[in-house]
Amino acid sequence: MATDSAGQSAPLRVESSGSETILALSGTLDDAAVARCWSRALGAARTSQGPVRVDCARVDSCGGAGFALLVALAEMAEERKQSFVVDGLAPQFRSMYDGIDRSKLGQTETPQREKYGPVASVGQAVADRAAEWREETEFVGEVGVGLAGLGREPRRLRLREWWVMVEKAGTNALPIVALISFLMGMIMAFQAAMPMRQFGVDLFVVNLVALTITRELGPLMTAIVLAGRSGSAFAAEIGTMKVNEEVAALTTMGLSPVRFLAVPRVLAGIVVTPVLTVYSMAIGVAGGLAVMMLLGFPLATLMHQLSGSLRVDDVLAGLIKSFFFGAVVAGVGCLRGLQTGAGAAAVGDSTTRSVVTAIFLIVLLDAVFAVVYYQLKF
Amino acid sequence: MKEEKIIEVRRLSAGYAGRAILSDVSFDVRQGEIFIILGGSGSGKSTLLKNMIGLYPAMSGEVLIRGENMIGAVGAVRERLLRQFGVMYQGGALFGSMTLAENVALPLEECTRLPREARALLARLKLQQVGLGQFADYLPSETSGGMVKRAAVARAMALDPGILFLDEPSAGLDPITSAELDELIRALSRDYGITFVIASHELASVYAIGDRAILLENGGIAAEGSPVQLRDNPPNNYVRAFFRREPERARAA
Repeated sequence: MATDSAGQSAPLRVESSGSETILALSGTLDDAAVARCWSRALGAARTSQGPVRVDCARVDSCGGAGFALLVALAEMAEERKQSFVVDGLAPQFRSMYDGIDRSKLGQTETPQREKYGPVASVGQAVADRAAEWREETEFVGEVGVGLAGLGREPRRLRLREWWVMVEKAGTNALPIVALISFLMGMIMAFQAAMPMRQFGVDLFVVNLVALTITRELGPLMTAIVLAGRSGSAFAAEIGTMKVNEEVAALTTMGLSPVRFLAVPRVLAGIVVTPVLTVYSMAIGVAGGLAVMMLLGFPLATLMHQLSGSLRVDDVLAGLIKSFFFGAVVAGVGCLRGLQTGAGAAAVGDSTTRSVVTAIFLIVLLDAVFAVVYYQLKF
Repeated sequence: MKEEKIIEVRRLSAGYAGRAILSDVSFDVRQGEIFIILGGSGSGKSTLLKNMIGLYPAMSGEVLIRGENMIGAVGAVRERLLRQFGVMYQGGALFGSMTLAENVALPLEECTRLPREARALLARLKLQQVGLGQFADYLPSETSGGMVKRAAVARAMALDPGILFLDEPSAGLDPITSAELDELIRALSRDYGITFVIASHELASVYAIGDRAILLENGGIAAEGSPVQLRDNPPNNYVRAFFRREPERARAA
């Protein structure tokens, strides 16, 4: 028996008698065997000068791939207007082969999908954006009303669930916030100390680190970490609830998904973010001081410098921002979750969108605060 | 031919988090038959099915598929075993980002060396077998629940497995669509000799297609036999209650 390059017995022999091309198949026509002879068989059929006959007398069994080969050969012969026969196929495979309706194989319906031209797609994009703005404005309003409602009726907060949210978004974030803040303080102190030492003012590194961390980087980094770990979690959780029709269930029970799902999470964000921010400030400054001690300054000197340079206002300036950052991170997470479409990919999309939007808004808000504080000389 | 054992389950115990849901379950599935796993909600039908296909690690026991143990199989043995069966999950589990034809072609693409045109043609043939030939270019979200299940059967058959596992094929389908799916299962069993293992509690469908069935209750097998025979001659009160839909008797049993 002939063998092919892979050393396995070849399932196909091509012969010709007169003008007729005979393709003799043998053995088990499973996917592996068909893969070995597919292009050779079709090549022989493509170059045949007369009728094509497929001899299946030595075929032991035929799988789906084998039938696909026979169908492909039949189509080829039909295209080239040559006669085509399959013979010798065992009866049970013969009936399967005859059961294939080739006339219907090429008939497929094209699903109706909306397609827009360039002008229409610009219009559609504008309309989508406008609808989204409306949705976002409504969301902000409803969250505001919901929070005010909680102020009047605090008992409506489902305290046990809310505690879990606070624990997940707050307590569980302590290690990562600590790590990032400490490293940030250390790196800043170290990078600043080298050039400042040349001018003999390296003690003022303490002022630099304390001011930057409390006013800017502490609140900013905490908010970004929260956007990455809690905002995204809110979006994924609410998004999955949307996909599972749990959000629809709330609506039909007469409960507003925004009040039921978003308001407690936004409140949790507003509560935990300032706490985490103060924590981050303390650890960041400690990181800076640690580097200064390694560089040889005694702790007493550093503490004296710190208490002389850092005012309560600086901490307050950072703290005020953090309330807003917390509301933005949690709010965006919930909004994106509620906007989730259908399917698994939609949950991924809304998670991505929640992180991107939250970080964008945090940076924007931070810039606004910088201008406002400057004008107020705060 | 019908007497040959294709799957042997031997003293299988399985469950979650240390809590056994099935204990010491043993039965055989014979070549070419349509075998039904019956049981109430929470009786362990899906657990049994998922342990048979190696999705969960069983606590103890063996699942022999053509003589090879599925439980704990790794590497080449596991791959060889996986090639022998296809699975249709309860919700179809089609990939939402791919058309029906792409869903069916996926296992062909990853597990065979067939050229692209062969894979496309084979996917079309498989879809035609389940009566979805003309919907090859539809996304799962653009089709109905019954079509999704049929496409899932086509995907499960893509690699010509000898055994198909179906988890609740009738769940969520209207009577006519469910009956169509039953017809498809019978046709595939008759024309291709595929062995079916089906977890179900849709009695109408079970009578129509089942050659043999086991009824699960309290972590064990309450009865074994053909569904019609179990209905007409129930061996005990629980079986009678199950097939006659009598909750009072079931509570008493």
